[in-house]
Amino acid sequence: MYVTDKILPAQPAPSDTKGPVVWLKENLFSSPLNILMTLFAVYLIYLLVPPAIQWAFIDADWFAATRDGCSREGACWAYIANRFGQTIYGFYPEAEQWRVNTAFLMLIVLCIPLFINSFPKKMWLGGFILIIFPFIAFFLIHGGSFGLVEVSTDKWGGLMLTLIISIIGITLALPLGIILALGRRSHMPIVKSVSVLFIEFWRGVPLITVLFMSSVMLPLFMPEGSDFDKLARAMIGIILFQSAYVAEVVRGGLQAIPKGQYEAAVAMGLTYWKSMFLVILPQALKLVIPGLVNTFIALFKDTTLVLIIGLFDLLGVVQNVLGADSKWLGFETEGYVYAAFVFWLFCFGMSRYSMALERKLHTGHKR
Amino acid sequence: MSEANKNAAVNDYIIRMINLNKWYGDFHVLKDINLDVKQGERIVICGPSGSGKSTLIRCINHLEEHQKGQIVIEGEELTGDIKHLEKVRTNVGMCFQHFNLFPHLTIMDNLTLAPIWVRKTPKAEAEATAMKYLERVKIPDQADKFPGQLSGGQQQRVAIARSLCMNPKVMLFDEPTSALDPEMISEVLDVMVELAEEGGMTMLCVTHEMGFAKQVADRVIFMDAGQIIEENTPDEFFNNPQSERTQLFLSQIIH
Repeated sequence: MYVTDKILPAQPAPSDTKGPVVWLKENLFSSPLNILMTLFAVYLIYLLVPPAIQWAFIDADWFAATRDGCSREGACWAYIANRFGQTIYGFYPEAEQWRVNTAFLMLIVLCIPLFINSFPKKMWLGGFILIIFPFIAFFLIHGGSFGLVEVSTDKWGGLMLTLIISIIGITLALPLGIILALGRRSHMPIVKSVSVLFIEFWRGVPLITVLFMSSVMLPLFMPEGSDFDKLARAMIGIILFQSAYVAEVVRGGLQAIPKGQYEAAVAMGLTYWKSMFLVILPQALKLVIPGLVNTFIALFKDTTLVLIIGLFDLLGVVQNVLGADSKWLGFETEGYVYAAFVFWLFCFGMSRYSMALERKLHTGHKR
Repeated sequence: MSEANKNAAVNDYIIRMINLNKWYGDFHVLKDINLDVKQGERIVICGPSGSGKSTLIRCINHLEEHQKGQIVIEGEELTGDIKHLEKVRTNVGMCFQHFNLFPHLTIMDNLTLAPIWVRKTPKAEAEATAMKYLERVKIPDQADKFPGQLSGGQQQRVAIARSLCMNPKVMLFDEPTSALDPEMISEVLDVMVELAEEGGMTMLCVTHEMGFAKQVADRVIFMDAGQIIEENTPDEFFNNPQSERTQLFLSQIIH
């Protein structure tokens, strides 16, 4: 027989289980193969990184009015600096660019309170941003009324176009995708088959085909003389295309929610829609944040494809407008590096934001 | 069922099941169930697993659909009519074996969700009611936590409080203590006993807690293979079981 009244106190962990040296030993030098790979990786870094830094920073030329100001040793960022405006606004008239700035600034300022937890009436602000703001932004950027000169969409370009397409694409593809996901899980045969058909159709065609169809084929079927904006057509194509992907991601989340959650919700008298929006979707969407952000990042990068229907997004401007400038020939590398960096910045931002969101929404339950 | 019960006015019964039949595919889960429940009656349903007892009470709020027979709740037959169903569900509370609290909401939000969105109760009033019931289940200090931070016993008590917040006329308990660690069973049972002894609440409880049945039940129903085998007062049921099947069942669970 054994009895004790003494409760053992907790003791600190042995010191040889943590610290940078232990970490190195465990992660980089744990086996002969690992040591070999670590050394190889270090060699690779040595081979690649110093020359890249040399080219991009140390030998680079930052200020020059013409190409002659750039020595050919390192990167010529003066080239980008000179044409910076065009990479942001495309062919948008310089005198009117304040309208674009105002619209984006408004959006940013309006969105800030959404990130402040204690801000009251967030629902109303969110509703305003989603329903009213798009009209304000359209009137500002497109103009044609209230004394603003019209700037037609074929003049829009650069990063501004990339952002417009992605923001509208994401905000509309998400709700449409959610509806489709719910539709696909519906018990109503018609709703279900329409959703399945829609999703499978749009997932089955390449985005390039969709854009091409929307710009070249669609006008053939439309009545003579009807002129439907090219950007709007491309946007609709992108939204429908991405909503199919969003739908499948969301469906994955819906399937992961135990049936008991839905039963508990309806057993209290909540309607189908209320139990979906109050109980099921908040949980399901939280589960699929990584998948959703994946889709959104893909959408953001896919906007570059609008080039094939003659719209010039950031990459399009860099490649076809800047690249065709005879005064600055020979700086394609700088252009592509710049475009890649801007795209990376936004995608990385989205990825970090999604991770922060996941942490914030974590409510201490494991599943 | 006694003659007196049979002759009582129909409105005395809050729930009536008449020749209820249900199939899962080809499997006949409920066979000709006839059960009348009076307002305020406390019924314990027991039986071996797979006997259809959970299915039976899940039919009452139509979480399971029956194929034959009738369920009449407060004089109105339960059909597929969604509006009627939502009304019935607001008056019938349910506690599940796995609690089914909403993990993304705080305890307070779990309790006020249905009052606010179904009954349109103002938020402050719903919160006051919620606090009252949290006090009754003895965990008012947990209101701001999330379900994942509570023990199983606490979660089940929250689930009971959540149902009570809708001020239901009937409470259904679907094996409320089966998923709990042994030391937490009594805290949940205590809450249920209190609720039963207060009176007024119609309770149907699927459980293996025979102590609970002896203490509070007006009637004990024993089910096996989709049928009601025996139905009696707890005294008679435990001391003088009639059917062989019941005797065997009791001998297996009471040591």
